[in-house]
Parts: sequence; C-alpha cells; structure tokens
Amino acid sequence: MLDILEKYDILGAFWMTIRLAFFSAIGALVIGTVLAVMRVSPVAILRRLGAFYVNTVRNTPLTLLIFFSIAGPYYILQISLTDKNSPTALVDNGIRWAIVALAVYHAAFVCEALRSGVNTVPLGQAEAARSIGLTFGQSLREVILPQAFRGAVAPLGSVLIALTKNTTVASVIGVAEASLLMSEIIENETASVTVFLVFALGFVVLTLPVGVFFTSLSRRLAVKR
Amino acid sequence: MSAESVLFDAPGPRARRRHAILTVFGVVLAVATIGAVLWKFKAQGQLEPEMWTVLFSADVWTQYIVPGLIKTLEAAAISIVLALAFGLIFGMGRLSQHRALRWVCGVIVEFFRSVPVLLMMYFTYSYFSSNGVFTSEINPLAAVVTALTLYNGSVIAELVRSGVFSLPKGQAEAGVSIGLTPPQVMRSIQLPQALTAMLPALVGQLVVILKDTALGTAVLYPELLQAARDIGTGYSNTIPAYIFVAIIFILINYSLTVVAGRVERRLSRRGRGPRKAAQATGVVGADAAGTPTR
Repeated sequence: MLDILEKYDILGAFWMTIRLAFFSAIGALVIGTVLAVMRVSPVAILRRLGAFYVNTVRNTPLTLLIFFSIAGPYYILQISLTDKNSPTALVDNGIRWAIVALAVYHAAFVCEALRSGVNTVPLGQAEAARSIGLTFGQSLREVILPQAFRGAVAPLGSVLIALTKNTTVASVIGVAEASLLMSEIIENETASVTVFLVFALGFVVLTLPVGVFFTSLSRRLAVKR
Repeated sequence: MSAESVLFDAPGPRARRRHAILTVFGVVLAVATIGAVLWKFKAQGQLEPEMWTVLFSADVWTQYIVPGLIKTLEAAAISIVLALAFGLIFGMGRLSQHRALRWVCGVIVEFFRSVPVLLMMYFTYSYFSSNGVFTSEINPLAAVVTALTLYNGSVIAELVRSGVFSLPKGQAEAGVSIGLTPPQVMRSIQLPQALTAMLPALVGQLVVILKDTALGTAVLYPELLQAARDIGTGYSNTIPAYIFVAIIFILINYSLTVVAGRVERRLSRRGRGPRKAAQATGVVGADAAGTPTR
C-alpha cells in the first residue's frame, strides 16, 4: 500500500490545495468586505446591489461557476490571466480562474458572516455612543466596528473551512490538487479504502486546526454581554 | 434592517447629499458592469439572437433541460430523505447515555463533516464501479447520493444535537419526573421540539444539497449542469446555456430560501423558533433560566 502512495506526489497535491485556499481566501475576504460595506450602507441602491450579488452567487452551484469560468471567460471570451504564449498557459489559467471562481463564490458567504457580526452589536451601543457626544465616524470606529469584527470571527472561520474543502471542486477543470490526485490513484491502482482515508485525513489535518484556532479566537474575543 | 439602525443616524442635509452622490455612483457602477459584459459578449459574437432563442426551443427542453432537472431533483430528493434519517440516528447517538455510542457517533459525524463532498463522491463512484455494488447505470446516482447523504446527514446530526441542547432543561426533567425513561424523554419530548426548531435550518440544508448535486457531473451523473454543458457543445452556445441553467438553479434555491425564512418567522410567531439566546455562541445560563417555550 505504501509503495503505491510513494509513487505519487501527495504532499505536492495538498500544497496546491493550500495555495488555492490561501489565494481565494484573500480574494474572498476583499470582495466580501466590500460587499458587506455595501449591504450595511445607508444608500439603498448599494444595499440592493450587494443583496443581488449575494443572492445570485449563494444560490449558484460552485461547480457551475468553476466550469463556467474556464469555458466562458477563458475559452470563448479569450480573457487570459497569464501570458498567452507561455507553455503552461492552460494549466496556469485553470489554477487562476479556479481561484477567481472560488473567491467570487465565497465572497458572498464572507459578506454574510461580516454582516452577522454587525448584527450582534446591540442597538444600545450606538445610542450610548451618540449620547456621550461621539460623532458618527468616532462611534463607528471606537464602539461599533470593533464589536462587529469580534462577533464575525466564528462565522468567518466556518467560511474558511468550507472554502478549504471546496477547493476540491477545482479538480473538475483539471487543477492538480488533492482530490484530482486521489481519483488518479484510484483509477490507476485500486479503489481501496486506505487511499481514500489517507486523503480524507489530509483534509481533516488541514481543517481541524483552523476550526480549533477560530473557535478559541472567537471565545477569547467574544464581547461579554 | 437592524444593521442600518445600529450603524446610521437619520441623515441630515449633508449626509443626504452624500447619499445622493453615492446613489449615482452605484447606478454608474451597475450600468458599467453590465455594459462591459455585454460589450465583451458582443465582441466575441455571443449576442447572436439564435444562440439565446434556441434555449426556448422544444428540443432543448425535452432532450436536455427537463431530463437534467429531473435527475437533479431525483438525487436531491433521495439524498435529503436519507440524510434526514442519518442525521436523526447519529444525532440521537451523540446524545445517548452510553459513552461508547456517543463517542463512535461523534467520530463518524465529525469525520464526514470535515471531508470534502467531492472527494467522497470520487471515491464512492470508483468503489461502487470496481466492486460492482450496483449495476453500472446506477453507479453515478449511488455515488452522488452516498456522498451527499454522509455529508449532509452529519450536518443534520449536529443540528439535531444543538436543537436538543438548546431546549430548556426543565423539559427533560419534567419528562423524567413523570416516570418516562431517558429514551422515551428523547423520543416524545425533546426530539419533536428540536425538530420544529430546526425546520428552517433543514430547508436551508436542502439548498446546499440541491447545489451540491451539480458535483455529480464530475462522476458522470447526467444532472442539470451536465445538461448545460451538453447544450453548449450541441448548439455551440456555451455561455447562454450556462447562464440559463444558472438562472434555473438560482430560482429554485432562492424560492427554497424564501420558504425557509417564512417557516422561521412562522415558528417564532408561535414561540417555537430557534432559541436565539441559547444559540448565539453558547451563552451559558441563557437557557438555564428556563423561559417557557410557548
């Protein structure tokens, strides 16, 4: 069994999983924060646009987005994210478009996580801030946002875990990450439970510390009310 | 819109002017995005009317969309029923009085919750086909259903557990004091209340299952996304086909989300909704106060 696994670069595949998760997490955080600001802003049209984005993306299958990213923008609209003439253009575009699709998809969930953080702040906090004479900017900076971010830690952690697991979907457009390697091994060698368990364990190892870390962080940062 | 009231005062004249400017900015942003997409579509010849009108022809519907939709709904329906059964069994297992049973159920639930669905789907598909568990034409469906059941069943098990935990202690104590055994208390007092409380979350889980059936295309299950890809190759209108199928998915899922919201509002009107105080980051003592359920 071990000699089969030694033939394949399992760590390399998981390294790709980590890279996908890392870059799409950053992208999702940036887009999601912008969306969250739009959704809680006092301007009706921005709120609507934010809500439209979230409702659209959240209800679309991620698989569809990832297939579409490579079939639509890349092949048909010819939007290349790398140098078109480089020998690895196809592979690199697969990776980068997968990251884009993952970021776009999870941004909706990041937005909702941040918004739920804002919702944990009781109305009295803002009223108290105003009544002691803080300006709008001051009350936002000193009173409301610090509490909102602390309330958003736990849901953000679940989004990150979901994102890590969802990087496997990139395998449908041939990105060489862990799940693609597993299906190759199973195809070439044997559909044994051991192979599955090795890869499943890999994901447990990736996601478990994240979960523990975010849970303890959210406990430590929780606003005592 | 509680977020609004926390963050913002009633706008004065200057704020109103600023909001007007931002409104214009928002409109320009939206129009510019749509314009850029349409312009790019036009440049690559994606706005030919036939590419879009063919989507409404009888052939496309009878050969691709309706069969694909049926396959998607079929997989989702079987998965939700099995996942519910799995979730109930393992959720109750995690609440059992026997430590060994609790522990085993806990490990199984946590394991399947942290393994990606697609990884399970790849594995179950090859496992089923190389061992001949099912006939070959059922294999893809079996793989999709197995993977979705194990993952979503574990999520539902957690829902059951947290639902029972969030009930006031007095409920179980009252059951025991009238002479019911712990399993009886679970079955006839705690579970019914927990189930009604978790109904909205369950409908939400249905959305997750419906979306994840699209993963089936990776194991050759001919569902709706596969239909979009086939239409795209058959009529060389990939972009319209994907957008069309995405709209179908969004409509179904959005209406499910709306239903979930309605159920939640209805339950909370009757005072049986999810207990907010107890759910939020496990505020200890909030449920120990034993506020009456209805």
